[in-house]
Amino acid sequence: MTTTLPEAGPASEPHNEVVSGDLLRFATAGSVDDGKSTLIGRLLFDSKSIFADQLESVEQVSKDRGNDYADLSLLTDGLRAEREQGITIDVAYRYFATPKRKFIIADTPGHTQYTRNMVTGASTADVALILVDARKGVVEQSRRHTFLATLLGVPHVVVCVNKMDLVDYDEQVFEQIRAEFTEFASRLRVPDLTFIPVSALVGDNVVTRSEKMPWFDGSPLLSHLERLHVASDRNLVDVRFPVQYVIRPQQNDARDYRGYAGTVASGVMKPGDRVLALPAGLETTIESIDTADGPVDEAYPPMSVTVRLADEIDISRGDMICRPNNAPTVTQDIDAQICWMDESASLVEGKKYAIKHTTRWARAMVKNINYRVDVNTLHRDEDAEEIKLNEMARIRLRVTQPLFVDAYQTNRQTGAFILVDEATNKTVAAGMIGGSARQY
Amino acid sequence: MKSHVLSQLRSLEAESIHIMREVVAEMQRPCLLFSGGKDSIVMLHLAVKAFAPARVPFPIMHVDTGLNFQTVLDCRDRWVERTGVQLVVASVQEGIDRGLVQEEPNGSRNRIQTPVLLEAAEKHGFDALFGGGRRDEEKARAKERVFSFRDDFGQWDPKNQRPEIWNLYNGRVHQGESIRVFPLSNWTELDIWAYIEAENIDLPDLYLAKEREVVERGGMLYEVNDFTPLKDGETAQVLSTRYRTVGDANLTACVESTASTLRDVVEEVAAVRLTERGATRGDDKVSEAAMEDRKKEGYF
Repeated sequence: MTTTLPEAGPASEPHNEVVSGDLLRFATAGSVDDGKSTLIGRLLFDSKSIFADQLESVEQVSKDRGNDYADLSLLTDGLRAEREQGITIDVAYRYFATPKRKFIIADTPGHTQYTRNMVTGASTADVALILVDARKGVVEQSRRHTFLATLLGVPHVVVCVNKMDLVDYDEQVFEQIRAEFTEFASRLRVPDLTFIPVSALVGDNVVTRSEKMPWFDGSPLLSHLERLHVASDRNLVDVRFPVQYVIRPQQNDARDYRGYAGTVASGVMKPGDRVLALPAGLETTIESIDTADGPVDEAYPPMSVTVRLADEIDISRGDMICRPNNAPTVTQDIDAQICWMDESASLVEGKKYAIKHTTRWARAMVKNINYRVDVNTLHRDEDAEEIKLNEMARIRLRVTQPLFVDAYQTNRQTGAFILVDEATNKTVAAGMIGGSARQY
Repeated sequence: MKSHVLSQLRSLEAESIHIMREVVAEMQRPCLLFSGGKDSIVMLHLAVKAFAPARVPFPIMHVDTGLNFQTVLDCRDRWVERTGVQLVVASVQEGIDRGLVQEEPNGSRNRIQTPVLLEAAEKHGFDALFGGGRRDEEKARAKERVFSFRDDFGQWDPKNQRPEIWNLYNGRVHQGESIRVFPLSNWTELDIWAYIEAENIDLPDLYLAKEREVVERGGMLYEVNDFTPLKDGETAQVLSTRYRTVGDANLTACVESTASTLRDVVEEVAAVRLTERGATRGDDKVSEAAMEDRKKEGYF
């Protein structure tokens, strides 16, 4: 076999067949004992993403504990504290790839008190994987996780009905869970809902099709994830380019260069496009879209590029480039659904926080708590006066300077913000503008 | 009509560039920790791309254990020369001489480089340190944030990390506190190699296979050289080997391989069934919780 080094210079798209696909992010959620870690372990194991020394270590530990089979959950239960308690306490990220795609798994714990982690994991996910124990059916936690996934705008939900081996692979059990879940989900905005009967422990319908469930005509989990069409989930219509950093080389070789660096939040940008810069409110034209490998003829999410404009406009970090006839809402009043993430303090009316929205920091005051949402029953408590750790609420904020926002349900980038406690610097809330997962 | 789907490598690249720009925009004094290994080189390459045509707007710091492979130092110097980036060297030997740290009995300077690193970071006032850590490397890293908050002792508390939602990173710190930033968090070893090949990135030649005189110790292959001389009763053999990781020269083992080009390495890594640390780093073998302990002390 002859091997040659690739030519130096501007990189073409990587041609490696080993990394040819795109990227899919999925979040898993489930209770402590419904087999989530085992399912992930099974995905990694059956897709041959587990390394020999990792497997050896798992087999050894399982043997030491007197287990009958290799405990695949040991592959993912990372920190020592967790191994000792046998629970997962934080979001852990896992990676595996098949010839079709690279997968990033945000593995989140399912306990009641860890809604925070589920929100974190779901915030960037293309797919939410919800585990239901076939013996227990749809429980409170299944509802909560589905609610959170839809609230966070996760476009695809896959329900794995697990432990089918313990219900004799009974189609009726699966169908009953499917019916109950579908009924519940119809009250939420779930764009795409799929059900798969699996046994993570023995591997049915995880990577390979189960022979025990001939009645199931869908795909095993991995093939489903490989084929899921996620490109159309991205917002390619509304051009939003939050300016992240202004590149102005103080060097003799590029003295006149002035470029606006950032990540395309949504839409497709092209040189020659008329654009509007906010908050300046001035129009100009895109002169060039630069990358270190040279100019490109278009930029779309999530590309990181540097935009040069035809006219000199005073633009800095936190400003927004959009189209003149398609601009975000410019406002200092924000209605949002928030998840409170701080254990030491609650959210109360009148309190001030730092707010980060796209690349812009400002200060915000809580004007009003409209209601608290019970994430289990979706019941609204309009008398709520404070919002505590892992609680969700609809609130109104007044911000010290205008933000350039879209509704979260149409734009997961420009519809999102975080609140930061100004005394502790902790991130205390995740906010979704105008968002409610309830259908009206 | 174009598909408007970014490939996995370009998605990872875009994410890393976003993270680096965010840090430069928000932090007072960032610095990139540069070991001369492939991950830190990829990180520097990404930094060059993130700020082009301007130069990389922060220095790189090499924590010099004094146990370097010469080709790694040569490669470092080529990068400094080519990119014009400012290089800060923090010397572990000097730290030993001054009594800041003590040599460990097993000859590993891995643990004692932490105080040297923390002291240098404090001296230079760095409030954000870029590290090349990846979450796929080790179980304790799987829960590491991209922006990892450290207290004023440089310590990591796994229970006191900030939630990271969307790509809205929060780098706010008080005086004396800092963050570690891991722009390669979502890359795997295979991604790194595929990217190195696609971008034709300059690496130390240790990573490519050639015939080396090696000795086997505890199931690992060490090259016979000044750092790891032959001991009494041992016999050397000549094998085609390469290095999968580059750490201290006295502790880093090589593996049998015939992968003498980047393409070969990508194919080898795609097929390999042993995690890189497990295969070549004597210092990580000590215990399952070894990494978790070191991270708590401020190690990367």
